[in-house]
Amino acid sequence: MARVGVVGIGHGVFGRRSDASVQELAFEAFRLALADAALEPAAIEATVIAAVPEYHKQRSIAGVVQEYLNLNPKPAWLTEVACASGSAAIRTAWMAIASGLHEVVAVIGCQKMTELDTPEILALMGRVGDVQWESTFGTTFPGYYALFARRHMHEFGTTAEQLALVAVKNHHYGALNEKALFRKEITLEKALASDPVASPMRVYDCCANADGAACLVFAAERRARAISRHPVWLDGVGCATASMSVLRRPDLTGLPSAVEASRQAHAMAGSTPRQVKVAEVHDCFTIAEIMAYEDLGFCAKGEGGAFIADRQAYIGGATPVNVDGGLKAKGHPIGATGVSMACEIVNQLRGEGSKRQVPDADLGLTHNVGGIGQYCFVNVYRRD
Amino acid sequence: MTDFACHLRAGRLVASRCVACGHLAYPPRADCPACLSEDFTYHEISGRGTVHTYTRIDAAPAGFETLSPYVIGVVDLAETGRLLAWFGPSIPESEIAVGMPVQVVPRLFEEIEEIRVYYSLERPEAPGAGAV
Ligand SMILES: [Zn+2]
Repeated sequence: MARVGVVGIGHGVFGRRSDASVQELAFEAFRLALADAALEPAAIEATVIAAVPEYHKQRSIAGVVQEYLNLNPKPAWLTEVACASGSAAIRTAWMAIASGLHEVVAVIGCQKMTELDTPEILALMGRVGDVQWESTFGTTFPGYYALFARRHMHEFGTTAEQLALVAVKNHHYGALNEKALFRKEITLEKALASDPVASPMRVYDCCANADGAACLVFAAERRARAISRHPVWLDGVGCATASMSVLRRPDLTGLPSAVEASRQAHAMAGSTPRQVKVAEVHDCFTIAEIMAYEDLGFCAKGEGGAFIADRQAYIGGATPVNVDGGLKAKGHPIGATGVSMACEIVNQLRGEGSKRQVPDADLGLTHNVGGIGQYCFVNVYRRD
Repeated sequence: MTDFACHLRAGRLVASRCVACGHLAYPPRADCPACLSEDFTYHEISGRGTVHTYTRIDAAPAGFETLSPYVIGVVDLAETGRLLAWFGPSIPESEIAVGMPVQVVPRLFEEIEEIRVYYSLERPEAPGAGAV
């Protein structure tokens, strides 16, 4: 199999982007990635587009994006697994290149969360659970993570303060990221005083919807070395699923799909969790980041709360996590998120993280969750 | 699952039992995940259980705005499986805790656009709690 490398990254500004259509957002990221790779559009052999279609008025979004990028008649297709759609696109690109089918593939994650009006969005969000046995009782997306949080607190003594400290960290780094939605620090007191959403979680425990796009250009090893002075290699890809319903999950203090995807990714890359120098994890809610520390082996089971309280997820700690602000501060345009995570890891492994650079970052990891862990993708990246 | 709803309306909480291998499932299902048989019966269960986890929903989804805030709990059922439901009037919010024993009580069944299943979580000794 061909080794697969990243030769170009492009990250648009995340936020309320009433200035741009979804294809214009995609173009913004694509243009940056091509410039980064110093490639002409003609070099792109295929495009994998990640988006969650129900948020857009346009049906079959891959077609409209591919046309706007002026890449017809090159092949293009869409991947969708809720909030992990971007990582599904990356896995698809890896497969396309490793199989020898294509040598240079663009991955574009793009999403406008604000294209529909609020009642439409609320109705969509309300159907996130098992519609027969759960949604009839008014479950919500934060409500599901709140169920995890409550059980985690019960079993391990995790506290509301520890949850809030995740938000404090991610806002701290988001303030250093010019592409982030929220670019200001918050205090622990402010987070703990914010309005309740689903106990024990408050407004500051939840990420924000955003519009945005990100792009990666992948290439087979031989081409990657010719194109780029500093390719970053995607050496381990992991993917697993878990039941749709929380009623069929034996353990509600972690995501079994994340544990399995992590195991696969490290087995393929020949790496261990302790070797990860920088990680991007799916912090749609603060408890999700705490569970990720444990599921990914950055700390022992049950010690996620202490891990953030001891500043082990900050630069200088055992494993710096979400030093771009995470979904929490950067924003979460769901189709773009997995691609955005990979952009930051490549940025870090190149040593181009400026004020938020993790020293000596040579191995990085992304952890991208779809829904409440129904899907999870964990990828390991390495520099030469 | 219409039969399930009929049982519920009659005050019975039922799981599904595979005729071929005996696999007991809650929520009930028509196809056996263990032996792949499609032959099943309903089996009444006690509705006794313990609270596995819970949350108070303050920010409600569309259609539930007028009901919020409300507390939902996930219950480990005594016989098998789990269910999710609202807490009923016999358990004030201040007393809700992980691990507390509860009794699932059929409350209401409405057939609107789809089958709507309702039951509430009550104190095991509360009036009506023995009706299941
Ligand atoms: Zn069976």
